[in-house]
Amino acid sequence: MNQAVQAAAPAQKRKPKETGVPDNKKYLHPMLAKNYGNWKYHDRPRPGVLHHVSHTGDEVWTVRAGTQRQMDIFTIRKLCDIADQFADGRVRFTIRSNIEYIVADEKKVAPLIAELEKSGFPVGGTGNSITMIAHTQGWLHCDIPGTDASGAVKALMDELYDEFRREEMPNRVHLSTSCCEINCGGQADLAIIIQHTKPPVINHDLVANVCERPSVVARCPVAAIRPAMVNGKPSLEIDESKCMCCGACYPPCPPMQINDPENSKLAIWVGGKNSNARGKPTFMKMVASGLPNNPPRWPEVSEVVKRILTVYKEDGRPWERIADWIDRIGWPRFFEKTGLPFTKYLIDDWRGSRYNLNASAHIRF
Amino acid sequence: MAKKLHDTPNLDQLESGPWPSFVTGLKHLAKDKDSMVDLLGQLEESYKTKKGYWKGGTVGVFGYGGGVIPRFTELKNADGTPKFKDAAEFHTLRIMPPAGMHYDTATLRQFCDIWEKHGSGLIAFHGQSGDIMFQGATTDNVQKAFDDINEMGFDMGGAGPAVRTSMSCVGAARCEQSCYDEASAHRAVLNTFLDDIHRPSLPYKFKFKFSGCPNDCMNAIQRSDMAVIGTWRDNIRTDEVLAKKWFAKHGMDELVNDIVARCPTKTFQVKEIGKIKKGEHISSVAVSDTHAIEINNQDCVRCMHCINVMTGALAPGKDKGATILMGGKSHLKIGGLMGTVVIPFIKLETEEDREKLIDFGQRAIDFFAENALEHERTGEMIERIGLANFLGAMELDVDPAMVNSPRMNPYVRTDGWDAEVAKINAKKQVA
Repeated sequence: MNQAVQAAAPAQKRKPKETGVPDNKKYLHPMLAKNYGNWKYHDRPRPGVLHHVSHTGDEVWTVRAGTQRQMDIFTIRKLCDIADQFADGRVRFTIRSNIEYIVADEKKVAPLIAELEKSGFPVGGTGNSITMIAHTQGWLHCDIPGTDASGAVKALMDELYDEFRREEMPNRVHLSTSCCEINCGGQADLAIIIQHTKPPVINHDLVANVCERPSVVARCPVAAIRPAMVNGKPSLEIDESKCMCCGACYPPCPPMQINDPENSKLAIWVGGKNSNARGKPTFMKMVASGLPNNPPRWPEVSEVVKRILTVYKEDGRPWERIADWIDRIGWPRFFEKTGLPFTKYLIDDWRGSRYNLNASAHIRF
Repeated sequence: MAKKLHDTPNLDQLESGPWPSFVTGLKHLAKDKDSMVDLLGQLEESYKTKKGYWKGGTVGVFGYGGGVIPRFTELKNADGTPKFKDAAEFHTLRIMPPAGMHYDTATLRQFCDIWEKHGSGLIAFHGQSGDIMFQGATTDNVQKAFDDINEMGFDMGGAGPAVRTSMSCVGAARCEQSCYDEASAHRAVLNTFLDDIHRPSLPYKFKFKFSGCPNDCMNAIQRSDMAVIGTWRDNIRTDEVLAKKWFAKHGMDELVNDIVARCPTKTFQVKEIGKIKKGEHISSVAVSDTHAIEINNQDCVRCMHCINVMTGALAPGKDKGATILMGGKSHLKIGGLMGTVVIPFIKLETEEDREKLIDFGQRAIDFFAENALEHERTGEMIERIGLANFLGAMELDVDPAMVNSPRMNPYVRTDGWDAEVAKINAKKQVA
């Protein structure tokens, strides 16, 4: 029907203005524009507040607050009202969906914080706090999700609320969640990621029409998929002894359903670090799996996350990220202290895995 | 007034608790929008059955081949009609933000007005790709919404096998660690590749990310095909007033345990003032009347740790620029890969410097377009062909800063050795 309408209408189509990334200069707070590239140092007078001093002596205070990321326009307008009242009508967002207000007058900091918290936006997420969880779309908007994202984040941030508003961890704690093994949530000190445990269930009636079979075969990291005729129709079959249930075939071929309400579990990963500070950047490691996908609040996941973070908080030394902390105490002690079982599934057998094995007599007793 | 809300006993449980609730926000929108009433209905069904109900499709705007994430409901009645008809089409527009994600409220309010009119009223600041995500438009309204947003001076982001929307840190706008003008580099590079952003035709996605210093707040090394990480070549700068102020507050225990012990190359030392070395590559600053810090900058790997701890007392040097790494990506297909160094240092101060970065980006993308297999990222391509071959194609000189160590096996044919040595010597003589 759309095509018919388009054919009937006169060909008046607006060409896009291919303007690309907009210039950010006009959006900068005036004091940021004035001192662009000329900052000298910063400190943190209290959790949620950064104080930057420029080489000219100019000072700004940044107040950071948590948001739900998936924001309705009423919430955004409320955040704008606060910016108009306190922060010269300027805001910025962090990579973790926190909002930042910049003020040039220290006297505005306390009333700004009061207004944000009164309006339901927690002030924090700076320094050695547990900051907002980087997350994905989940059931709300993804086409291949094994679980939800916003709901899991809301449930967990309710539990970590006090740690967001304090700076009491050994170092900053970045969290992420991902609704499938593609891991769009990215690397983090601690991540919650779907881990499928069963091969995809194939609807052979649909494969031929929906999937480009050679490219599905090519997607499989372990070459477990091959073309086959099933019930007289061209389809695909899986060597289930090879399949490691990653779900890579599902996006290019939706009839290969990988999501399973009972058997798609949640795994916990720790020790990712994007910064080059101290050691080189690190990827995170799987330390727990088999947790149930249990909406609306995923209590079993929260329990493990809080257990790990509690041990880290008590045992980590200043400036140790989770990766640095585990480097010091060692993996045996990590599993002992957190009470998490170290199973054979945590021994890496993917390519390059021998470099992850202990080729030394370095053992902590 | 919209139609009546569906019962959502699961989602209702996400309205309690102190963290801001997206469910409360969705319900607020559902007072006026039937689409949001039905979106809540479908999401509740997902919470009940633990299944997703969206499928993709083909929806776009005139003139572009990507940037819209189409979503059609798969939750159908027995007769094939959508169970939640007013959310049967719920597409997302990815829109590129200004570098550093700065906004004025007039712009945000205008976004809200446009999305109230043409969409569901749900906006994410921001998606994992760095886009503003305007979520929830019908197929008919996608073009209208985009036209209004585009008239404001905002443009569509990337999706599919395309150059993707980029991210850069707050950088020079508010950070003393900034080593180049992140926003200018971000904008100059991305706006060179608009055709590759808007008309997906690469083997797979290609991401740039820009971090102003090795703290890499944009996760560029882990998450981008080309990571531009600010750094410096000369000595760490020092400020005695701030160094003494820091020491007075934190003391010797913290200086030793939190900095000396954590310096990855142990080049950061604390000494009695009389024993401090002098020299071209030494940074030193007194922290008290008796003690001082000594850093041999030739041994410093620019990790940022001491500068992070003693901000202002220590600072990046003045000969600033960036390190370029290529090939970062997540698990699919061969496992997670970090970017690896391909250019140890590049100046990024002038338009001319940025042109060199753009030129390198262009050559890397051209090579990727011609040589990568379908659905292969740059990291996988480089792993397949070997870094040396990639560097050769990019006309980049090999450099020991690109490796953790030289090779640990003899499985290489080295009959070109003398010729390579002669080339290196010839280059040295020219330089």
